[in-house]
Amino acid sequence: MNKIVANPEEALKGVESNMTLMLGGFGLCGIPENSITQLVKLGVTGLTCISNNAGVDDFGLGLLLQGKQIKKMISSYVGENDEFERQMLSGELDVELIPQGSLAERCRAGGAGIPAFYTPAGYGTEVAEGKEVREFNGKPHILEKALHADFAIVKAWKGDTEGNLIFKATARNFNPMMAMAGKITVAEVEELVPAGALDPNEIHTPGIFVQRIFKGLKFEKRIEQRTVRQK
Amino acid sequence: MALDKNGIAQRIAQELQDGWYVNLGIGIPTLVANYIPDGIEVEFQSENGILGMGPFPFEGDEDADLINAGKQTITATKGAVYFDSATSFAMIRGQHVQLTVLGAMEVSQNGDIANWKIPGKMVKGMGGAMDLVASAENIIVAMMHTNKAGISKLLKTCTLPLTGVGCVKKVVTNLAVLEIKGNQFHLLERAPGVTVEEIVAATEGTIIVPDNVPEMNLEI
Repeated sequence: MNKIVANPEEALKGVESNMTLMLGGFGLCGIPENSITQLVKLGVTGLTCISNNAGVDDFGLGLLLQGKQIKKMISSYVGENDEFERQMLSGELDVELIPQGSLAERCRAGGAGIPAFYTPAGYGTEVAEGKEVREFNGKPHILEKALHADFAIVKAWKGDTEGNLIFKATARNFNPMMAMAGKITVAEVEELVPAGALDPNEIHTPGIFVQRIFKGLKFEKRIEQRTVRQK
Repeated sequence: MALDKNGIAQRIAQELQDGWYVNLGIGIPTLVANYIPDGIEVEFQSENGILGMGPFPFEGDEDADLINAGKQTITATKGAVYFDSATSFAMIRGQHVQLTVLGAMEVSQNGDIANWKIPGKMVKGMGGAMDLVASAENIIVAMMHTNKAGISKLLKTCTLPLTGVGCVKKVVTNLAVLEIKGNQFHLLERAPGVTVEEIVAATEGTIIVPDNVPEMNLEI
């Protein structure tokens, strides 16, 4: 199989306004930079974006917010972005904040054919409003539903022509689960290799979940908080 | 004298037990990693996908792909492992992490905790906090006893949106160590030089004071 596409334009063919997108990454770590640039270029609007964070003002998803392309964000933490907070408090942006573990599991469930599951996270808080509650082992749990996306856009370190992916360090985060849950999954990688180059024992995400793969031209890999210790 | 944030972290580090897996929240809790007692080995889990979180790198060694939950650059210890977010929260929700340390804006006398939202003012999101507090066997809250306006953060009932209900067991503040049991705060230790009266005055919730309240044993 050859799932390689030449560039971001090919990779995101078919993305339309008002679609639901999943975007991998934790903070600025492991975000699909080249695809985000392409989404800005496409100028699609009314997007629902499922992503753990909202980037910073001038990088990552922040670029889509600046261009007022996002109608709704589904995230667990959005603290690093002032434009985000402004749009949210003014009502321009609809925001659903959900516990990070529930976000991860909802994406996984979406890709795994599990329509809903119970979790203790959020019971007794705003997150539980409107959700069914059931007790297991004497402890209350809330029912959370699977998440799906028209396109899941993920970033990996290495990928092959079959779409098999390997991630690096903490740039892995949400990428594997989102890759499972997209109707069409696009993977942008740093290193693109032929089938057989990756050891089957070491692959993190099987290519069955991936429809299109391309090598990103450039990765800035911005560091949000550069913390060091003294020698 | 009341503790500073390092003092709070140092006192909490005394709770660490050999062989424990520990999750440290952003803020004061991250400092706990600087005070691991001699002879104790613990492994730090960071919710964004690393077990075996190490100290900050030396200048020049920063890796953009290696960060903690607070988005700071870190290193990985020998024997560290990386994994995805679903696996990370399986560790947390599945009670494989022995201790969670996190900050709070408010804690109530029945163990409720509020640390993610001030309506209309600050809505950054809960991140992994709700998963952590709903699942952890041991939860220690690290915080100042009063907020910047001098108002107690140890309350009868939380006023802010909750992160979790009835889950906090221990609180370490700049003034004291307290346990939460039977819908009451129980005073266990005083910060060096701090009086019981000061602590009681700074606590809005019901607080039980034993006859003798020892000072924390810290080498500051």
